[in-house]
Amino acid sequence: MWAFIHKLGSPKWFYGISARMQPWFWIAAVLLIAVGSVWGLAFAPADYQQGNSFRIIYVHVPAAFLAQSIFVGLAVSGLVFLVWKIKVADMAAAVMAPLGAAMTFIALFSGAVWGVPTWGTWWMWDARLTSMLILLFLYLGVIALRGAFSSRDSGSRAASVLAMVGVINIPIIKYSVDWWYTLHQPASFTLTSRPSMPVDMWWPLLLMVLGFYCFFIALTLMRTRNEILRREASKRWVRDLAREEG
Amino acid sequence: MTFRLEARRLACERDDRWLFTDLDIEIGAGEIVRIEGPNGSGKTTLLKILSGQLADYQGELFWCGEPMRRVRVDFLANLLYLGHAPGVKAALTPLENLAWYQALAGEQGNEAERMQALAGVRLTGFEDIPAAQLSAGQLRRIALARLALIQRPLWVLDEPFTAIDREGVAELEQRLLAHAQRGGSVLLTTHHDLAPLGELRRIPLGTGARHATQ
Amino acid sequence: MPRSDTLTIRESRGGLGGAVAATLRRDLILMLRRRSEIMNPLVFFALVITLFPLGISPEPALLTTIAPGLLWVAALLATLLSLDSLFRADYDDGSLEQLLLAPQPLPALVLAKVAVHWLMTGLPLALMSPLLGLMLGLPGGSYLILAISLALGSASLSLIGAIGAALTVGLSRGGVLLSLLVLPLYIPVLIFGAGAVQAAILGDGAAAHLAILGALLSLALMLAPWGIAAALRISING
Repeated sequence: MWAFIHKLGSPKWFYGISARMQPWFWIAAVLLIAVGSVWGLAFAPADYQQGNSFRIIYVHVPAAFLAQSIFVGLAVSGLVFLVWKIKVADMAAAVMAPLGAAMTFIALFSGAVWGVPTWGTWWMWDARLTSMLILLFLYLGVIALRGAFSSRDSGSRAASVLAMVGVINIPIIKYSVDWWYTLHQPASFTLTSRPSMPVDMWWPLLLMVLGFYCFFIALTLMRTRNEILRREASKRWVRDLAREEG
Repeated sequence: MTFRLEARRLACERDDRWLFTDLDIEIGAGEIVRIEGPNGSGKTTLLKILSGQLADYQGELFWCGEPMRRVRVDFLANLLYLGHAPGVKAALTPLENLAWYQALAGEQGNEAERMQALAGVRLTGFEDIPAAQLSAGQLRRIALARLALIQRPLWVLDEPFTAIDREGVAELEQRLLAHAQRGGSVLLTTHHDLAPLGELRRIPLGTGARHATQ
Repeated sequence: MPRSDTLTIRESRGGLGGAVAATLRRDLILMLRRRSEIMNPLVFFALVITLFPLGISPEPALLTTIAPGLLWVAALLATLLSLDSLFRADYDDGSLEQLLLAPQPLPALVLAKVAVHWLMTGLPLALMSPLLGLMLGLPGGSYLILAISLALGSASLSLIGAIGAALTVGLSRGGVLLSLLVLPLYIPVLIFGAGAVQAAILGDGAAAHLAILGALLSLALMLAPWGIAAALRISING
């Protein structure tokens, strides 16, 4: 177990294994998103209340899921980095944060667009949108803090601590915002409870969610690999690699 | 009971640059050890590692044979560290400053002890003046008064001679010597030549900035 | 003074109570010698509250409706304003690194510092808030709840904010960043604090809100000191 963790922690080993895993995640992401979006946009039935505008759910919900998961990912990476001093975890956190912020933004934007036909306005202080907005601020804080330190190591540590503080707070924030806005729509999709939407709408959504996750993993692997090369540029194995590839 | 601070295969990497690698250090009772090296060679970083402030290093630290991570609090109870900044509150008087340090060290202390310690660094008459009205050298002396006030066997001093006058330097040198003779030990960095202390053990740093290799 | 001729190593022995008390006393003295640091958040609080009737409208009915939120937001910003100086002076004069080297548990020592911050910022704000509530036409009967909710809530704000202050203390311009880090984390306290006052106005009874504020405070008391300590150890080596 420990040996495995430390092996995973070696940038060189991670660089090798991620090269083998990466293509599969890209293929899965492209397939899932292609099938899911065609199915969801063209074949799934229209909502009996919202008509076709509900189809934005196929972007909104996966992005919102991913936005929250990535923050948990940030906190876990931060913990691994602080406790076991595994640098790859920090490199992953560094590339995941902007991605998470982008996903949060997509969720917010698609929510706003969705709001036009549903509520007749671009922005409602709806519980879910408000929580997403706060999440965006949390992401921006983590990114800004990392960048504010002149020493990269200190920035990494500070961002890790902040991500962990944030992840403890997210459930509290979510609960209090829900409480504050008790008249919100119930979250339309959860993996654990039975879906309240028709199966025909549900399946493409599941595919899209999985596709988004695969896309996220593939992109994170790719960008972490770049980050490894950038940070380890002076190490012998990277120089050997550069020589081999010409 | 004697004490020993040991570092084995100590290495510190900061932002992809190795400050030092494979450093073995051993400091026991009665020794004065001087860390030498040009600016930016990691002297302060090494002192911070050896005083238990920085956990970001490779290698092992031992205090009396026990791994540092386990006995950190015991180690800190035997350490007196003076950093670049004197650590003196400008709005407090020298006496109040020392009282806080004594309490922080877990000691009761009384005013007479603190007065005596201040007299030892020639601050008699300044005991009740807010430190903001004192000079940089006097602030430094308040910090140095802790050496006499709080009995600790291991002193880690980062540039202790900064800002003090010639007499003060001579007094501090004598103080270091007396400390070593009593069985204490001193680890310091300084640009002074410390001739009166005789031949000291030296730890040179900064033999060219080495890049990380794996 | 008893002094043996040879130095021996010593066990780390207690003294935590003394160290915490001395830190409390030291910070209190420091604050009392610089009274402007206590006055500034209070003046800021009053000023912000003054701006709203000027910016919106002096109509009493409108002001009464928005008063709970206004008072809470203004008080929250006032505590935020004072946070940056929580560790800054100690960092600059080097006493922070000495605090970190004390053979005492750091979370307990920082808790003493945060307690002083609350005593000198949150508590005065809470005591002053009924006066400003009066100016905004807050209905009678909600004043006590306003003060209690602010007193309870601002303690959580001091604790959470101290994490942010500790993370940014090593940065030369940490002030704006500090607000970015800390404000999102303040939202639950704001919601339940303002909610308590609102409930008191509506006559619903604010006990539940105050209980939740108390729960948030105890959670912050349990977790924040460790976060602050970890953050300080990072910042000191920035």
